[in-house]
Order: sequence, then structure tokens, then C-alpha cells
Amino acid sequence: MKILVPVKRVIDYNVKPRVKMDGTGVDLANVKMSMNPFDEIAVEEAIRLKEKGAATEIVVVSVGPQKAQDTLRTALAMGADRAILILSDEEVEPLGVAKLLKAVMDEEQPGIVLLGKQAIDDDSNQTGQMLAALSGRPQGTFASKVEVKGAQVEVTREVDGGLETVCLTLPAIVTTDLRLNEPRYASLPNIMKAKTKPMATKTPADYGVDIAPRLTTLKVEEPAKRQAGVKLGSVDELVAKLKDLGVVA
Amino acid sequence: MSVLVLVEHEAGVPRDASLSTITAAQKLGEVHALVAGSGAEAKQAADAAAKIAGVAKVLLADDAAYTNMLAENVAPLVADLAGGYDALLFNATSIGKNVAPRVAAMLDVMQISDVLSVESADTFTRPIYAGNAIATVKSSDTKKVLTVRGTAFAKAAATGGNASVEGVTGKGDAGLSSFVGAETSKSERPELTSAKVVVSGGRALGSSEDFHRVIDPLADKLGAAVGASRAAVDAGYAPNDYQVGQTGKIVAPEVYVAIGISGAIQHLAGMKDSKTIVAINKDEDAPIFQVADLGLVGDLFQIVPDLTAKL
Repeated sequence: MKILVPVKRVIDYNVKPRVKMDGTGVDLANVKMSMNPFDEIAVEEAIRLKEKGAATEIVVVSVGPQKAQDTLRTALAMGADRAILILSDEEVEPLGVAKLLKAVMDEEQPGIVLLGKQAIDDDSNQTGQMLAALSGRPQGTFASKVEVKGAQVEVTREVDGGLETVCLTLPAIVTTDLRLNEPRYASLPNIMKAKTKPMATKTPADYGVDIAPRLTTLKVEEPAKRQAGVKLGSVDELVAKLKDLGVVA
Repeated sequence: MSVLVLVEHEAGVPRDASLSTITAAQKLGEVHALVAGSGAEAKQAADAAAKIAGVAKVLLADDAAYTNMLAENVAPLVADLAGGYDALLFNATSIGKNVAPRVAAMLDVMQISDVLSVESADTFTRPIYAGNAIATVKSSDTKKVLTVRGTAFAKAAATGGNASVEGVTGKGDAGLSSFVGAETSKSERPELTSAKVVVSGGRALGSSEDFHRVIDPLADKLGAAVGASRAAVDAGYAPNDYQVGQTGKIVAPEVYVAIGISGAIQHLAGMKDSKTIVAINKDEDAPIFQVADLGLVGDLFQIVPDLTAKL
């Protein structure tokens, strides 16, 4: 079984995003970029499925600028087998990405598409579900456990009230949550080896997919800042304040 | 304009998050509520939804295939009903986030996630970069599909409405997925995302035993829900569904009490819209104090039991 893992190049999760002065977006010039952390978990899970013998080949794909090939190389260094870069300098919305991934799915015929539940830049949390709809396949979102059982996959999902488990008929789309696994670091020999692994470069036009955006961002602002309050001297003062707030009688 | 809201329900009662989504929907037009489920509970939830102030009509889809809200079964039901509506609204909850994009893609619509405000019929604000920025986005799709952040809208009154309930039939089981089971944490305490008071513990609690020994009595005293920072969850002191933050739950209670939580950006993203923030931490330079309205510096193992006793 082949596993397809879509990955996105985003601002590194340790960097505090700064809103541009002109309100057009977040400043990404000279900012460290990395693989979306949830996608890293997806790559790791795919590798583990391959190590367990449940998968035979891992194909990673990214939609983004030329630089997204660094992200793909990271995935190859972790253990993916080959990569596809779909070049776009314009930002592609989740619906457009899902349409491109559907086209890749048609070509590659993976048993599982494993991807992050959301990207930490636009926080949309849509691509996996949209791909599942477009391909008419089931979806296991927010996965904390993935078990392939013959022609099915059992996915334990992190939901508001706790955990729930669903059984999906393959092929299926699975989106990862944080606790699924801890991604490995690529070793130096594997980083070197990744340089020779195959990477195909495509464009959205190659797939005949219209990626014209449907949304226009009118402005991007910093959220209202909270003012620091007062430091109290004693528990008694806090008790009095809580009484003032009416949370205790 | 008319708007369809997928109303989530539990034990025959519409969830609080759906009451907030109904408030958001009212800003767009006439509100119809879709209740999907099966049997007596679904019927009861539909009758309750009919009483929500501002709901003009309730659609009840009663089918065993909808009991567990599997996206593969529920999304086609919503998409088939979409023709009569200008907008489809969902909660930004684990159910809404699962179902809404599947509906949006079926309708070839680019969804807007986590809506914080309705600026006009086609323009909305939403958080990006974990709430470090707020984007105002305008949709060119003729139909809108939105998920709504519950804490950003007041809850519609659960009574006062008098809508009719109409049965609808969907395609039922899509045959792609099945529900195996759930492990839900049972608690006598209020639900985290809708509680008026939340008491959260961080890594400084040091162990699962101490977390419960220190946090639980205070929460009981305040009638509060219990939350935790990601650090506390990762360390195994509290279960994952307690987690407040960018990767956990977003809360905005009247009072949020952060105990032994340093205030990482990821945690602040989940609670900074709380009305009053109280922080108890031994490190006076902890970032949590930059957002706290009331701060107390000191040893939480002394302060919290003392506070609990004095309340």
C-alpha cells in the first residue's frame, strides 16, 4: 500500500508572527520557515506504518513556492521515498490544495492520505476533509492512533469530550493530531541520502486544476492587547476580589 | 437571506456552542436549525431547538446513520439541503470542524473557519497564526460555509422561540465508515468551553495526584470546570481533553484561574479572551502576569489550599 503525505512549508512554530505595518498580512521576510508540525507527525506516522509492514511506499507532496522543496527534502530525509512539488508562488486556499491533491490521488492511487489536521499559519483545518469529500472517501480527522486492519483502518480521534474510534474503508484520508507520535530527527546520513531521492516538479496547470482564490483578505490586524493588571499581596485580597466579581458568595 | 445551522446535541439538549452559532446566524438572516440524530433523543433535541429564540424552523433528520455524526453520512445530508440556503453555519467544535469542510467541498465553496465576527453578509473576521493575528476576509462564493467560534458570540436564549419541526430524509449510511466506540470523560463539573469559571493547572503542579489534590477542591468551591496547560497534559498530570490552548480548547469564561501556568503563547491563545484572568505563580516574571488582571506571586501549594479554605 502506498501512503501519500501532503506537507506544507510554514513559519516555524517557535517564531512569534508579526503583523505587517500596512495590515496586508504577516511578515515572512527573513523568518525561519519549517514543515508544518502536524504534517511532520503525518510523515512520521507514514514511516512507522511502513516500518510495521503496513505500507510499501511513501510519497510526499507539497503545494508552494520553489523553497517548499526544502520541506520535501526534510520529509525525504526522515524516510519518505519520493516527492512531488506543485509550484505556486501565490497562496493556494485549502479548497484549491484539496483539488490538486485529488488529482495527485488519481495518479498515485494511495491507500491512505495522511496529513496534518491544520497548518499553523492559516489555521483553516479544512484540506483533509475537503480532499475526502472530493475523492468520495472516508475521513479520520484529529487522529491520535492509526491502525491498519486489512482493507480498513481504525482511527482513534481526539474529540471535545475525549476520544472516539471510527473504522474506515480504505482508501481513506487521515488527519493527524499532536499526540499521534513524536517525529524523529533526520540523521546526517539520511539527510545526505535524501538529496538523491526523486523529486518531480509540477504546476497546477499540469493537473488542470483551477486554484483561483475565493476569499480576499481585506486586512490583517494584531488582536487587541490585554493590559497587565495588579499583583495582589495576599490570599485574603484575592478572596475579596473574587467576591467582588461575584463568583463566590 | 436564510441560514441553516447544524445544531449539535447531547442527551436531547442542544449544545451551548450551537446557541452561540445561532446568534451568529441571526446576523445573516432567517435561521433554520438542522437536528440530525436518531430516535427519542433526536426528537427531544429538535423540540428543544424549536424553542430557541430566533429559530424560525427546525429540520429533523432521524436516521441511525446520524447517531454518531459521522462526517461521511452527515455531510451529504447538509449538502442536499443547502440549495435553499445562502449560508451554512457550524460550530467550530470537533463535530463542526469535521463535517463543515466536507460539506463545503461538496458544494465547491471555500469555507471560512473559526469566525469571530460577522461584518456583513460576505465579510467575516477570523484568527490566524494561533490568534496572533486577526484577518478580515471577504468571500466571493455565492453560498457561505462557516464554522463559528462559540466564545465570540453570546448564546441565544434557549427558550422564547416557537418554531415548527419538519422531518427531512437524507441518504443515510454512505457505507464508508462506522463508529467503533468512544471514551468520554464523565464529569459532574460544567463543560470546559461553556463554563463561567475555569480553574487550570500547569506543569508546576508536578504530578497527577497533586494536580487533582490542589486543583479539584478549588474548582468544586467555585463551581468551575477544570482545564490544564499543554505542558501539564504532556507530562500526564491531566487528560488531553482538559487542554486549553492553541492545540486544545478555546475558552472565554467570566473568570479564568491559571495556577502554576507560565503562560506560553500556545496557552494564551486559548484563554486570553477570558473576562478576568487570575494568575498564581511563583515566578513573578512569568508571562502569564502580562495578561492577568489579578496576580498572586508565591507557592501554589500554600496559596491554593489557603484560597480554597477561605472561599
